[in-house]
Amino acid sequence: MSKSGLIEQGRYTCAIGALQSVVAIPRAVPILHAGPGCGDMISGFFERSTGYAGGSTSPCTNFSEKEVVFGGIDRLRKIIANTYKVLDTDLQVVLTGCTAGIVGDDVDSLAEEFREQGRPIVSVETAGFKASNFEAHSLVVNAIIDQYVDGVDGEWRSEPSTVNLLASIPYQDPFWKGNLIEYKRLLAGIGLKANILFGPFSDGVAEWQSIPKANFNVFASPWYGLPIADNLKRKYGQPFYHYPHIPIGANQTEAFLNGVIAFALENGAKIDESAARAFIKRESGAFYEEIDNLATFLLEFRYGLPNHVHILHDAGYVSALSAFLLHETGIVPKEQFVTDNTPLKFQEQIRANIAATSNKRKIPVYFEPDAGAAQGIIRKLTHSGRGLIIGSGWDKELAEEKGYDFLSAAPPTPYRLVMAANYAGFTGGLRVIEDIYHNVLGTYK
Amino acid sequence: MSNVNLTFPNVQIREIRINSITGYQGSAHGLVNASACGLKDSDRGFSQCLGCATSKAACMTILIQDGAVISHGPVGCSSCLHEFAFTYRVNSHLRDVPKVTQRRIFSTNLTEKDTIYGGAVKLTAAIRDVKERVNPNAIFVLTTCAAGIIGDDVENVCDEAAEEIGIPVVAIFCEGFRSKVWTTGFDAAYHGIARKLIEKPRTRRADIINVINFWGSDVFRDWFAPFGAEPNYITPYSTVDGLRRAGESAATVQACSTLGSYLGAVLEQDFGVPEIPAAPPYGIAQTDRWFRALGKLLGKEGVAEDVIKEKRIRYLPKITEIREKLKGRRAYVTAGAAHGHALLDVLGELGMEAIGAAIFHHDAKYDSGRTENDQLAQRVSDYGNVPNFNVCNKQEFELVNTLNRLRPDVLLARHGGMTLWGAKLGIPAMLVGDEHYSMGYEGLINYGESLIETIENDEFVKNLEKHAVNPYTKWWLAQAPYTFLQGGASE
Repeated sequence: MSKSGLIEQGRYTCAIGALQSVVAIPRAVPILHAGPGCGDMISGFFERSTGYAGGSTSPCTNFSEKEVVFGGIDRLRKIIANTYKVLDTDLQVVLTGCTAGIVGDDVDSLAEEFREQGRPIVSVETAGFKASNFEAHSLVVNAIIDQYVDGVDGEWRSEPSTVNLLASIPYQDPFWKGNLIEYKRLLAGIGLKANILFGPFSDGVAEWQSIPKANFNVFASPWYGLPIADNLKRKYGQPFYHYPHIPIGANQTEAFLNGVIAFALENGAKIDESAARAFIKRESGAFYEEIDNLATFLLEFRYGLPNHVHILHDAGYVSALSAFLLHETGIVPKEQFVTDNTPLKFQEQIRANIAATSNKRKIPVYFEPDAGAAQGIIRKLTHSGRGLIIGSGWDKELAEEKGYDFLSAAPPTPYRLVMAANYAGFTGGLRVIEDIYHNVLGTYK
Repeated sequence: MSNVNLTFPNVQIREIRINSITGYQGSAHGLVNASACGLKDSDRGFSQCLGCATSKAACMTILIQDGAVISHGPVGCSSCLHEFAFTYRVNSHLRDVPKVTQRRIFSTNLTEKDTIYGGAVKLTAAIRDVKERVNPNAIFVLTTCAAGIIGDDVENVCDEAAEEIGIPVVAIFCEGFRSKVWTTGFDAAYHGIARKLIEKPRTRRADIINVINFWGSDVFRDWFAPFGAEPNYITPYSTVDGLRRAGESAATVQACSTLGSYLGAVLEQDFGVPEIPAAPPYGIAQTDRWFRALGKLLGKEGVAEDVIKEKRIRYLPKITEIREKLKGRRAYVTAGAAHGHALLDVLGELGMEAIGAAIFHHDAKYDSGRTENDQLAQRVSDYGNVPNFNVCNKQEFELVNTLNRLRPDVLLARHGGMTLWGAKLGIPAMLVGDEHYSMGYEGLINYGESLIETIENDEFVKNLEKHAVNPYTKWWLAQAPYTFLQGGASE
């Protein structure tokens, strides 16, 4: 990191970016108590991210000089009241921006006023200077849990084979939608019903209301989202199974699922263990059938393929992709860059996980939210063979400069369109391989 | 009295400077009349996400070839700026940029501590870091809401840094909350550039004409050639040195008066570069006026007549053909102010019926103070009134309500996010990013052909209509579109 702490080429956004976690809940609406450009900045960062009522549909107080001087709470009250007239929504989440944060409007009391009238409304402080969207995702989810999901005491953990899944952050993980669908399918395969909470294959607010009934939680992330798992443990006594990153490919997905099975059995879930193991075996078999075919291509293609990779991504993807590419694709991870501004206290564990990827090589890991500085490091590196960069759209030019192959897989990603593709799971690993070699073969003209 | 005052670091906001408003309902004719007497703005009891000045200031600085940009604020205030890095790259071929370099976009990443102790020290350090990392020919510092409210003395920091590192460090005051009209951000960027980069002219170059525009195609090169001149496009794709010398040009023209109003006036009033006394050339009537005004300004009236004659011979037959195909088609326009008026000109010229418009804001006058630059007034006198003419402040709920009622044959949009609702309602919708695409005689053919194609190829929107999800309530769609507009100008 540079002396000033500046950030070149933002790869994540500020706290109010977690409004996208609201957009990802079917029929929920974010209401912004913020400056006029905050919503525009977020939709511009993620692109194609409007959902049901995000983007230009989201209500916003659009702070002007008047609200900065006199406070904006009356304006917000009016906007919320009229939101109920204009938009048909199941859940409203008020998010504050820097202006409201500095001015000090009491948004929580206002939300409480509407809750007393029976409205399903939640407020959360997301002033941009307070946190990143990686952190604020937890603030938003916990606010919804604390202020909306009202678990009745006797129902806590009443469904032994149901779990809440805490994994991909909507939109910040470009593959969130596909990933959540794949997690749900995989967990169903081992006999568990998963609340995935976001996206078209969740059941919207009804699913959120059933959160307390789940037996335990599955938390697949290096650090972001941990406050949610902690909150649910404290609130409903739900323990959580922790897998340290998104599982990509067969090795990781098997480890992930086997871990979940063991944890489920310890916690009294009613799952058929042999059927669950059979499911994993079959999925793994299908995966290796493809790797068999791939091996011929990798070993025999005589015109040049990448042999090493630099990844610039969040800690979960850097951990997962470097291990996956090394062991299941044969691309060697060189210097890796974690760009998610990981808090210091988690860095050591993440380093240890990445180091454990290989017992015969060292993989240098940089925690560098200033991705311009990360690019500066890559510019000076040379390794023999053809290189690959996996990063955001910002890295396309760097890859060109170095003559490397390039895969856009992190936001912002203007050079790539992702809809419902998944990188998680067995099929996710295959998709990563397809994407890499689609681009590589595309260079042969 | 002039509204240009380069002695102050901040540009005066549009609401005060040129009486801009963000709400109006009525007709184009009514608004033109009301503008002459001074407009009062209105407010809304419901509002949706807008855009703000900082990204507008950003696009006018990021695309300067050899500069670097620092957003002085939390990391989120620069989140959408990658879009301009993309634009710079993919459109650079239109301007023959010799070496397409990476855009250098930074954030000072203000955190909670900085909002308490101030961010000035961080900004000074960031400027040094950027100089060291990039070695640009100028650094542009954009302010944000947080920086504005905590009261960092950004002007002073930039001036001291400029002295220390030996390149211009241009402070641009574009906090989102300052103005309800986000195009104030263009003015803010130009104000900073005029104060710190543009130099007093030592010579006058008769062969150079400033073109204030975005990143559209290079149509002016061919147009200026008969006049023995070439364009100096500002500020996207210009260089720091090119900007320094913008005050030496023979004249200034604009692609969009909303964009260039302030810079055109600054160049005229502070640097002696005359601004063309004509609205941009959209539609035949205005194109002719524009070429004649240009000819007069350059002392080449005869050339202008020759150009017009030649263009008529060359393009009129094709335009007539297009008019036949589009005759009687009903169109609705949604766009920022002057470009929306330009599209209404194009519709008028192509014989289409403009059944309404949702224009983001309205400038009662332009900074030049010249009535000849009023494109909406020209539109009304050239092609007639436009009913259902509303100043909508990019409020989607009003647009959806109106489109649902009017059901035009085609929706023309200029800003992202607005075409979706045409498509969801089964209305063919078109967005043209290149602001030069519909200019002049050629533009009528370009745009006309695109319109025919858009209207013809409606299978996608018709299918989407059947499946589209609509978050708006039945109650809302049954109300008058301007139910939540309170006070201000109307008919």
